[in-house]
Amino acid sequence: MTAPLLTIEQLRVSFSGDDGRTTRAVDGVDLTLDRGRTLGLVGESGCGKSVTSLAVMGLLPKRTAQISGRVSLDGFELLDLPDRELRDLRGDRLAMIFQEPMTSLNPSYTIGEQIIETLVRHRGLSHAQARSRAIELLRRVHMPEPDKRVDEYPHKLSGGMRQRALIAIALACDPHLLIADEPTTALDVTIQAQILDLLRELKATGKSAIVLITHDLGVVAEICDEVAVMYAGEIVERAPVDLLFERPEHPYTVGLLASLPRLDRNAARLATIAGMVPDMAAPPVGCRFAARCPFAEEKCRAAPPPMAAVGEGRWSRCIRAPISRLVA
Amino acid sequence: MSAPLLEADGLVKHFVARRSVLGKATATVKAVDGVSFSLAAGETLALVGESGSGKSTVGRLVLRLIDPTEGAVRFEGRDIFSLRPRELREYRRRAQLVFQDPYGSLNPRMTVGDILTEPLQLHNVVPPRRRRERMYELLETVGLDPRFARRYPHEFSGGQRQRIAIARALAVEPRLIVCDEPVSALDVSIRSQVLNLLRDLQQRLGLAYIFISHDLSVVKYIATRVAVMYLGRIVETATTQDLFAGPRHPYTRALLSAVPVPAPRARRDRQILPGDVPSPITPPPGCHLHLRCPYAVERCKIERPLLAAQADGQVQDHTTACHRWQELPPAGTAVPAVVRSPELERLVAAFSGSGNGGGSSDVARVDADDPREAARPG
Repeated sequence: MTAPLLTIEQLRVSFSGDDGRTTRAVDGVDLTLDRGRTLGLVGESGCGKSVTSLAVMGLLPKRTAQISGRVSLDGFELLDLPDRELRDLRGDRLAMIFQEPMTSLNPSYTIGEQIIETLVRHRGLSHAQARSRAIELLRRVHMPEPDKRVDEYPHKLSGGMRQRALIAIALACDPHLLIADEPTTALDVTIQAQILDLLRELKATGKSAIVLITHDLGVVAEICDEVAVMYAGEIVERAPVDLLFERPEHPYTVGLLASLPRLDRNAARLATIAGMVPDMAAPPVGCRFAARCPFAEEKCRAAPPPMAAVGEGRWSRCIRAPISRLVA
Repeated sequence: MSAPLLEADGLVKHFVARRSVLGKATATVKAVDGVSFSLAAGETLALVGESGSGKSTVGRLVLRLIDPTEGAVRFEGRDIFSLRPRELREYRRRAQLVFQDPYGSLNPRMTVGDILTEPLQLHNVVPPRRRRERMYELLETVGLDPRFARRYPHEFSGGQRQRIAIARALAVEPRLIVCDEPVSALDVSIRSQVLNLLRDLQQRLGLAYIFISHDLSVVKYIATRVAVMYLGRIVETATTQDLFAGPRHPYTRALLSAVPVPAPRARRDRQILPGDVPSPITPPPGCHLHLRCPYAVERCKIERPLLAAQADGQVQDHTTACHRWQELPPAGTAVPAVVRSPELERLVAAFSGSGNGGGSSDVARVDADDPREAARPG
């Protein structure tokens, strides 16, 4: 077996606040991702999913974020890499698209110039070569009238077109890893469908592995191969996508599924996850979900539960797994 | 059927988008372009649509926060745009608003107690000596601990803030609440708590809601009737049941089939609309959807389709603004069924039980800073 494309080991990120408290945003994350695969990283606000991706990209502010652990991509140790070398990787092997296409595009350069910049910087193309490649890229992301749009400024484009432009920039150098942080959250439903379609198309080419960060389990079901569910800075479940929805093995995953209103039937009442996310400056000793978990017992609160295998290719951070026996 | 609580009749709202040097309007946005509907007491009408559909503008018109270019809104039979100042004040008591952003809609310098007492004072809802007591009751109604009255909005999570906003709306004992995307900014688990609360309150107090949302799964849960809007017009209205079981308008179908469903292998007949929503400054003639509609014919480009009921008059409540809806192929499986194993159903049920859904479960300690904010970088 070949080595995975991306390996994350014991990644920890904490932020020191002005009040002297240290918040552990990411707390011992282990992840591997093979080439060409699509991994969904799911969780609610504050679970650490975005911070994990920013740590991989090397985009966290060094002054306030303390990072430890190991992140390896294609044999490069990203956390140890000097800034200059990291800049060579970013935009080349490693690319990212963000939620807000308006704020991630530079408003004072045309779309074309922003794609060309990447190609000239990383591929050493001449301006003319880069320009025709930019148009080709815009065509690939189904930008309408690519040869006209290439000279357009971001404010002239609709939200969906901006997201396409951003994806075109990210794809410019055929990255080995594409991180997409809530790429459709700011878009309207019908435009979201278009962008998801585009991501599915990219996935089918098998060129890039994708980490899709989202809070939306529906989006995960639509395009991911595998899923990692995060809660309070930790990965609590890892599974192939089919199994996660069929037979979730962590109570938090069940709670998320239960809270979704169903389109296909009428519900008398929605299920909820009681309580709140723990304070990450002083997380509980035992299982972090125990306070909100209907299946928690005394021993869940006693010690931090380890991530343990529960069958082929799947792991759960619940000492009571397999959980289906709890309701048998 | 009893007389409706609220009736909107041919509402039109144009905003000036550009002016010439002399101040003459040179471009107008037709935000709302002939919208009519009615709402009975205790009912929920959902206005569904994407950005620019005019759904929020309709909400603001209904509350008379802005004046219409044309058309009327009648509340309990009276035109709200011809109310005198005193009557308008009274109307403000009957019709309230809950916004999307619970961070921006609460005054950060006022305690929760003051936020809830202010409307009681302004409208003199209860005599001064009873105000405090009433304020505590309001907090309890929305499932918050009365001890929270002395705290400030920043000490609460998003879900709790939305509860405070709902309590403030309830303070004046309204009959109608316009909820503008009230759960869009909330996480899934919190969202379901707020949705349950809204439904409980409706049953208990007989409230009517206008529920503005882009999220069809939320609408399905909360609404009795749905009006789907596109570029300032209603394109389809029906009871929630009928709309989800048999969407007629091509736009409604596309909207339904675009909602991501948490079922990886579900088969569905997807219909992806090409292109973007056209600018409301220069909307296309005829049917607004014709540029993106796979079924558009010559007639759609010229003639505006009106909301029409089914020809045989069977389902009077289901109206569609499409020239061709009767000839369209069946909608197919726009919404696939999500099949769950019995074990999973039982696991899910464990979250519905254990006093979870009661609304009071969110009565949480606010002993530390909200971890949600703390964990967010920059």
